Amino acid sequence: MPGIDVNEAVDILWLTAGLSCDGDSVAMTAATQPRLEDLVDGTLPGVPRMRLHHPVLAYEVGDEFLEAFRRAAAGEMDPFILVVEGSLPDERPAGEGYWAAFGHDPDSGEPISTCTWVDRLAPRAWAVVAVGTCAAWGGIHAMAGNPTGAKGVEEHLGPGWRSAGGMPVINLPGCPVQPDNCTGTLLHLLRQRVGQAGALELDGLGRPASLFGETVHECCDRGGCYEQADFADGYGTHGCIVKLGCWGPVVDCNVPRRGWMGGVGGCPNVGGTCIGCTMPGFPDKFMPFLEEPPGARMSASAVVLYGRTVRALREVTRASMQVVPEWRRR
Amino acid sequence: MSPPVVEKVWEPITRIVGSLGIHTKVDFADRRVTECHSTSSIFRGYSVFMRGKDPRDAHVITSRICGICGDNHATCAVYAQNMAFGVRPPALAEWIINLAEAAEYMFDHNLYQDNLVAVDFCERMVGETNPAVLRRAETTAAPRAGEHGHRTVADIMRAFNPYEGELYREALAMSRLTREMFCLMAGRHVHPSTLYPGGVGTVASPELFDEYLVRLLRYAEFLKRMVPLHDDLFDFFLDALPGYEEVGRRRVLLGSWGAFQHPEHCDFRYESMSDWGRAMFVSPGIVIDDELVTTDLVEINLGIRILLGSSFYDDWEGQEEVFVTRDPLGNPVDVRHPWNQTTLPRPQTRQFADRYTWVMSPRWLDRRTGELLALDTGGGPLARLWVTARAGLVDVPGVTADGGGIDISLPRTAERPEVTWRWTVPRWSNALERDRARTYYQAYSAALAFHFLEQAMTELRAGRSETWSPFTVPSDAIACGFHEAVRGLLSHHVVIRDGQIANYHPYPPTSWNASPRDCFGTPGPYEDAVEGTPLFEENGPDDFKGIDVMRTVRSFDPCLPCGVHLYLGGGRTLATRHAP
Repeated sequence: MPGIDVNEAVDILWLTAGLSCDGDSVAMTAATQPRLEDLVDGTLPGVPRMRLHHPVLAYEVGDEFLEAFRRAAAGEMDPFILVVEGSLPDERPAGEGYWAAFGHDPDSGEPISTCTWVDRLAPRAWAVVAVGTCAAWGGIHAMAGNPTGAKGVEEHLGPGWRSAGGMPVINLPGCPVQPDNCTGTLLHLLRQRVGQAGALELDGLGRPASLFGETVHECCDRGGCYEQADFADGYGTHGCIVKLGCWGPVVDCNVPRRGWMGGVGGCPNVGGTCIGCTMPGFPDKFMPFLEEPPGARMSASAVVLYGRTVRALREVTRASMQVVPEWRRR
Repeated sequence: MSPPVVEKVWEPITRIVGSLGIHTKVDFADRRVTECHSTSSIFRGYSVFMRGKDPRDAHVITSRICGICGDNHATCAVYAQNMAFGVRPPALAEWIINLAEAAEYMFDHNLYQDNLVAVDFCERMVGETNPAVLRRAETTAAPRAGEHGHRTVADIMRAFNPYEGELYREALAMSRLTREMFCLMAGRHVHPSTLYPGGVGTVASPELFDEYLVRLLRYAEFLKRMVPLHDDLFDFFLDALPGYEEVGRRRVLLGSWGAFQHPEHCDFRYESMSDWGRAMFVSPGIVIDDELVTTDLVEINLGIRILLGSSFYDDWEGQEEVFVTRDPLGNPVDVRHPWNQTTLPRPQTRQFADRYTWVMSPRWLDRRTGELLALDTGGGPLARLWVTARAGLVDVPGVTADGGGIDISLPRTAERPEVTWRWTVPRWSNALERDRARTYYQAYSAALAFHFLEQAMTELRAGRSETWSPFTVPSDAIACGFHEAVRGLLSHHVVIRDGQIANYHPYPPTSWNASPRDCFGTPGPYEDAVEGTPLFEENGPDDFKGIDVMRTVRSFDPCLPCGVHLYLGGGRTLATRHAP
């Protein structure tokens, strides 16, 4: 597909009408690297302007707002980026009703299901982004015992699916998505659209490789506590919280490195156990959240002997380093 | 012949969170909305899939109900967990949660007011719907220009033009600052990472509170311009369009479930809930026709009824198990109370004469009259301020409620001296007063945050730095949490059996506000507020935008997956009325 000129705008159609909480949209407004305004204004060098069609931020209402979506579904819009937020229900058991809908059919007056919109828009999209864990793999609404049959966009579209731009569904998990992970990925796609960047590198799960290549534990500033077997037995202290239910050692996520927003906050780095919210197995495989992960019991026991020895040795050295050199006292 | 009554559909309603629906008939001869239905098009099934789960996980799961106020759910769930598990968190933990929730109010009301609602009042919108009003705004000097720096009312409107206006952009930036404040206390926005039954995982340190304080001062500085600016904007509409107070007006039926626990009083026991409820820093209560009928959380709790009538569900009464017959005080509990609800979803086609929405119809039983009242939240702030003012229970440095209103003070900031504003109980529950209260409540939250910071630092200086108390999960328990989500009253009801969740029902504000006609035919608050609302838009039927309806609906701060219907322009003609 030919690229476009940097002075043209790229349409982004953002559907929030999956089974979602709109938390990824709200997260997107929290981003600072880059900000939403940076993308809308088109002030970043070499980056085309983003023309955002988003129900939470739109000036237009109702049919005026839907006009862009209808145009895109009819093939009358230049290749666009489709962002889907929320999981997609299985509408078959809903019979003549629906679990999730967006807008209505002007002829029948009946609501149009969100799945129908995805089926109409995805084949015409240059890229499809599944933002948040719900859209990626079903997330919280796909929890065991759910009545709606919720699943992710990739599963809905089927194996081997490719966008008009030749890409698989780009998964941006997180519950919600880390704000800068979201706008940063959109920034890359805007650059890629005008040939200012190569294809976004994705890992085996369709995630941007640069964002999900390390575990929470690997970038957690409490990793050193783990190494020295300094395990907290209650919340609100400084030790490693793996025994309180933190899944950080086996979860792919960069939040402890980036912080939650503007470098502030996060999860285990600020005392909150990692619940695995970026993972395909979320939430069921991480529940109950407030219990030590079964694997952690073994690995934490294994580091105890090493960790305590290292800690004791370091305490000796540390005590020595806390005294100024002898010659300086003369 | 006069213009006909026409049906008009607008779907979806934008600039709200989720999608919400209202289907309306408009009489263009009378310039009035004659009929309105509220509809929601998404079902997710929380109360279905919560069953059988570990009760300790409730706050993590229910946070995901909402992407803009998920932390309100998490907090409310933690309150219910504390009651169920019989645990009282350390005082410092309560101050930290209060600081987080204060930041949430400051963030959310700011973003919603100045980036979503304000667009309905911006130059571009007013120019398209009411050009004469815009012309008048151009020549109307802003009375408080000295405080906010905008010379005319039209200058204020221009500052809210989307993406371009300076206040629109400043509000976006400010909403990030307040979210950082939230993250300092609770780890992540909007689904917090450090909130737990028994307290918080946040590590309390002097730096933590200082990092919050420096941001709070910047926000206070911002409010010193925004409070007078919004007063100028809303006063102008009342002045320029005589009768505008009727837009979105409904009977005063306001509920607040109270916010911000006082750790000295709150032990989270149901038996003492009436007392510690009254010690909250936002009072719980119900105001009917401007009369404060209760401030008792037990009475509030027992009066809640979940009705059906127009919703896509089968009834549970007589079909499913009754979980709770008596509350812990021995009071009888109704089968239609959330403790006894079973959710039986039944997807079907939308029929406005029959069933048309996924929202149920929560009501509150007024024992004096036997009426089942469709309470609303006034978008949150209006009910909170109204109840708190009338209750007159809150009196701390920065905030004093005295029956007729509330005095709110913010301290000196870098560029401005200390200020005191007074929010006075208004004459109406209408669109503009809901919006005005939203600005004042930001100041209320900021003033309280200064107080909470002082209390937290006092705990820390006294060496009480623990933020969490251990607990055990009982095999059987019933519990409830009451809180104020940003847009209004919030309750969580849980029944625990064999150590698992047997029943769980969250009732967020929009369930009340967006509720449909119940089995007795009583319309929900949106329907009621839109029905009969006069229309001031200058456009005729062909280019009608429905701005007065939009302002009405958005004044409630809708927050659920829904869409507002208002069908016109080529719409069916429903009736033709002859001019008298």
